[in-house]
Amino acid sequence: MNTSLGQILNKGKAFVYGDDINTDVLAPGAYLKYSPEVMSKHCLESIDPDFVKKVKPGDIVVGGKNFGVGSSREQAAASLVILGVRYVVAKSFARIFYRNAFNLGLTPLICENYKKIRNQDILEINSKKGKINNLTQKCVYNTNSVPDHLLKIVNAGGLLAELKNKIESNSIKTLRFRKDN
Amino acid sequence: MGMTISEKIIAKSAGVDFVRPGEIVTCSVDIAMIHDSSGPRRQGPRLKELGLNVWDPSKVIVISDHYVPAVDKVSANILKVTREWVKEENIKNFYDLQGICHIVLPERGHLKPGLFCVGGDSHSPTGGAFGTFMIGVGATDMTAVLATGEIWVRVPETMQVHWTGKLNEFVTAKDMMLALCGRIGLLGADYMVCEFTGNTINNLSMDERMVLTNMTAEVGAKTGIIAPDKTTLEFLSSKNLKEINMELCSDKDANFASIEKFDANFLEPQVAAPHSPANSKNLSAFEGVNIDQAYIGACTGAKLEDLQMAAKILKGKSCSKNIRLLIAPSSTRITAAAAADGTLETLTEAGAVLLPSGCGACAGLGAGILSKEEVCISTTNRNFKGRMGDQDAEVYLASPYTVAATAITGKIVDPREVI
Repeated sequence: MNTSLGQILNKGKAFVYGDDINTDVLAPGAYLKYSPEVMSKHCLESIDPDFVKKVKPGDIVVGGKNFGVGSSREQAAASLVILGVRYVVAKSFARIFYRNAFNLGLTPLICENYKKIRNQDILEINSKKGKINNLTQKCVYNTNSVPDHLLKIVNAGGLLAELKNKIESNSIKTLRFRKDN
Repeated sequence: MGMTISEKIIAKSAGVDFVRPGEIVTCSVDIAMIHDSSGPRRQGPRLKELGLNVWDPSKVIVISDHYVPAVDKVSANILKVTREWVKEENIKNFYDLQGICHIVLPERGHLKPGLFCVGGDSHSPTGGAFGTFMIGVGATDMTAVLATGEIWVRVPETMQVHWTGKLNEFVTAKDMMLALCGRIGLLGADYMVCEFTGNTINNLSMDERMVLTNMTAEVGAKTGIIAPDKTTLEFLSSKNLKEINMELCSDKDANFASIEKFDANFLEPQVAAPHSPANSKNLSAFEGVNIDQAYIGACTGAKLEDLQMAAKILKGKSCSKNIRLLIAPSSTRITAAAAADGTLETLTEAGAVLLPSGCGACAGLGAGILSKEEVCISTTNRNFKGRMGDQDAEVYLASPYTVAATAITGKIVDPREVI
């Protein structure tokens, strides 16, 4: 399974869940001590044990309000990224999850019409234009536009990739370079 | 138009005179706090890959509290990685097995009014009790902070949470926050700062104020904050902190996006039912629910005053045979203080089992986690499905008074009925 961040994964099946999908559901505490790869195998298992078995690169997770509420643990977003998910569509997102998602290359899209999406609908996403094309129901939903500075992060391949670019362009003055490098 | 406390701190950290909600600014960070779980094991390799050391070791505070003490090879290794990284980065402010980060930070005199701080944990807003603007972030955001000493923020709006009146006996800050969660829900203060005001707040101790700011995480807030007053000054002076900005407050003409008013006189003990802090109601709605485990722990619920509350209820009494009472004091200094004043003796004589200081069962780690279909009442801040162990366990949230009272009867009970 090739799910590198540069790959375009904007078309897939919708996995639809409800409101307040929290970080304990996305990344259960019992697996926090293990690697993000191990953790990802338990993503959403307490509400949908089949999710990890069924999800394929490009699939899209759909929630209701306050997606990602709870802990700051970024394994919640990382697990979805590792499973090949690049977009989460919801009515709203919890603030730490929202930042974590962009930082890791996952785009959270705010969509008022989230309730119209049915489980297993095929969606195609154009985040630049702010459109979700529901190929199953043959209709298009608008999403809120993603702020420019966050688009830059996600387009760079995440916050660290963006930081790397800034380091190379010498645009940050506070850095202390390692002596062993 | 004037500014709120939070806007003033953000403006200062961004090096501008003025900020307005919605603006995106880059702030320089006064303190970056990280712990063993989302800390060195994540940031160490990433910083190395970037070819960087932390921007300023004197501004980084590291606290091992999630996997303490180690219970298996994996957690032992996480703690080892943390210790080695701290040495490598020459970080002097390292607290290993001393207690939970949000408690240790103010306890060791690191917080004061006006600072802009970032913590690698969602309950970082706790620091707001000291007039600090402190937000929680994930491990990648924190990596960028450790590399650059800066972070971008969208200036949040402020919700005023205004409490007037006197709390009844056996009604606490935990009941106040559960009442707020019940009223406005998990997203009620979405991306806002909750600024707590009113004479009820003025009369609260620092231990109690920390519960308010800590649990702003449960209503979706970016953080919580309380203007410094005499109580703050007394606490900070006891930590030998100097140059304390006591002038810090919201301007009279500052803009609050909304206001939630509460009358403390009418507040009853609150209980949050599984699986959300927003399921909070007056305790009477849940009276008589059978409980398997009573847990007094975590950053929000096992400070010295929390233990003293429990001791007040349990003095001369015994826990029900049908229940186990587990107590994990929030820090080792709290354990020492509770030992010195007789609190621990009262608790253990009543049948409480003492656990190490750390995040423990609250985060589903360490000792005291729950089995399938077990029911727990807990002084912690969050009761999401699966958080404290098995996904089919149930957790009720309540004050230390209520949890201690429930330990006596084995069923949820109003603390005023057992005293």
